[in-house]
Amino acid sequence: MTVLAAAEHRRGGLRDVSYELISAGRELADALGTEFYVAVIGGTVAEFAEQLNREGVDVIYTVAEGEEFNHGVYTQAIASLAADLDPAVVMMPNSVNGLDYAPAVASGLERPLVTDVVGFEVTDGVTAVREMYASKVETTLSIDADRFCVTIRPNEWPGAEGTGDAEVREHDIEIDDSRVRSTVTGFQEVGGGDIDISDADVLVSVGRGIEEEENIELIEELADTLGATLSSSRPIVDAGWLPKNRQVGQSGKVVTPDIYIAIGISGAVQHVAGMKGAETIVAINTDPNAPIFDLADYAIVDDLFEVVPELTAQFG
Amino acid sequence: MKILVTVKEVAEAADDFELSENGLDIDERYLEYDLNEWDEYAVEEAVSIAEETDDADVEVVSVTIGPERSEETIRMALAKGVDRAIRIWDGTIEETDLLDVEARAEILAAVVADEEPDLVLTGVQANDDGFGATGVALADTIGFEWAAVVNHLDLDVAEGIAHVHRELEGGVEELTDVELPAVLSIQTGINEPRYASLRGIRQAQSKEIAPYGLSDLGLDAAIVDSPLSLTSMYEPETESSATVFEGDPSEEAGQLAELLRDRGVVEA
Ligand SMILES: Cc1cc2nc3c(=O)[nH]c(=O)nc-3n(C[C@H](O)[C@H](O)[C@H](O)COP(=O)(O)OP(=O)(O)OC[C@H]3O[C@@H](n4cnc5c(N)ncnc54)[C@H](O)[C@@H]3O)c2cc1C
Ligand SMILES: Nc1ncnc2c1ncn2[C@@H]1O[C@H](COP(=O)(O)O)[C@@H](O)[C@H]1O
Repeated sequence: MTVLAAAEHRRGGLRDVSYELISAGRELADALGTEFYVAVIGGTVAEFAEQLNREGVDVIYTVAEGEEFNHGVYTQAIASLAADLDPAVVMMPNSVNGLDYAPAVASGLERPLVTDVVGFEVTDGVTAVREMYASKVETTLSIDADRFCVTIRPNEWPGAEGTGDAEVREHDIEIDDSRVRSTVTGFQEVGGGDIDISDADVLVSVGRGIEEEENIELIEELADTLGATLSSSRPIVDAGWLPKNRQVGQSGKVVTPDIYIAIGISGAVQHVAGMKGAETIVAINTDPNAPIFDLADYAIVDDLFEVVPELTAQFG
Repeated sequence: MKILVTVKEVAEAADDFELSENGLDIDERYLEYDLNEWDEYAVEEAVSIAEETDDADVEVVSVTIGPERSEETIRMALAKGVDRAIRIWDGTIEETDLLDVEARAEILAAVVADEEPDLVLTGVQANDDGFGATGVALADTIGFEWAAVVNHLDLDVAEGIAHVHRELEGGVEELTDVELPAVLSIQTGINEPRYASLRGIRQAQSKEIAPYGLSDLGLDAAIVDSPLSLTSMYEPETESSATVFEGDPSEEAGQLAELLRDRGVVEA
């Protein structure tokens, strides 16, 4: 019985979530009293293995197949490792690529899957903690199975540090090419243009609470008055109200301003991923339970349409 | 050509919600139901493919696993141009507290077997329990190829390929060619979902919503059994250490203004 975690890399580098998987995987392996293995599939696996050799890893399996992520290769590689090692837990990241292969791994192995886990409790069995209803509640899910798959939420566990003494083993597999039916043809950067919001010292950020496109003006005025830069959550960009380069979050920009003022933004995990590093966070939101308040240093629980004009007027 | 779109009715919790008596869900009184945001984009994508394809008979069929209440949501999809709908529900599903990813994939797989679509579109995630897994699990179950988190789709039916962009983290998109038939999980922002027209809403009234139970699909009741069970729900302990500015809006704004002046954002 072991815990096996799959590392993630892109365009030549391991992603942070790989080290978080080591922390989460080690924690769960300890609770279960088992060994902890890491698999790295594709790319410069020997180099990756060296970097993944952090404290707590018992064995690192390298699968030298392909350069970039391909779900056809990943599912086959993990199925092959699972057949050899029979891990109790297969742990994957709840990243965009995780979304693309973890459910297929679980389905192929006929194991239950719990995604986007933020914590584990181990007593008689394993219980996973996850959020529901747009992070307004937490739930515990008990997993009544000897073998299962999980994905962990990025940024929840600290990245593992320290140099480990893991053994590195090459794992050779025969890829069935008829089951690789997607081809990555390239990458494209988006969200460039006239402005880089990650340079700003003060960001005034607007979310879906603004309701209508014409109301954005209200927030623009505030930003102008403060000499701040305007940014937003995703729905504002999806709706075409602001260009992509204004989007803060997982699929937009990561920003670390001195002050981040979130107006009508709930604080979804993918948004928070982009702004949690701000030095001071101010949130204006009508919902006292909005998750953004867990992060905020200063809070106004009120209607933005009342507060924002008053605020702009203060500097008039 | 036929496109199957999965459509979920999701619940949103009101600001002042309370948990239900058994502590396993939010009290029904505080839940508001709507078409899942991601599915709205999947519906739009399917309907616009149908409109833009020369081949006049592209049929768009939606499928929902949901109680009778969800017909209201399904009608919204029909009003936006979905041709007909399938709704799956019965006593067995009703009594299941947690319809896990595997069970959902099995049920949807039975619909795929009946309908034989060329393309299946799902949302990236459902906004209530947010497993983010149904589409890809379904693809594996039915042996279709797939792509998750698709924010651009260019369908080449003659070639049998979907050219997609997958939206990765940090403003990077992956360009991928996916063999058809395929399941694609659709990301918000891929298109601009239309509002239903009055004509659409009227037409939706006469469109078919076919009700099926598990046995109609040739499925055994045991497929809903899950090793997963929801054991508790609670409001997360707030980690908030925020200073709350109190008072009326002008007082709140005054305190924030003072903070911003102190911080040198604007001259004192
Ligand atoms: C793969 C993936 C990637 C994603 N990437 C990103 C990303 O990069 N960035 C991002 O932001 N999101 C991203 N999302 C989307 C994310 O999950 C949320 O849907 C989004 O962040 C919600 O934006 P919001 O807070 O503006 O809207 P909502 O969640 O709808 O929140 C609106 C808020 O406004 C408040 N409000 C309403 N009226 C008022 C009023 N009058 N005054 C004050 N407050 C009011 C409400 O209480 C609510 O809290 C991603 C999702 C996925 C699945
Ligand atoms: N009960 C359901 N009925 C129809 N489609 C569903 C259902 N549950 C999930 N889906 C589809 O699967 C997508 C991802 O859901 P999930 O994996 O639950 O986050 C949703 O956007 C829907 O398109």
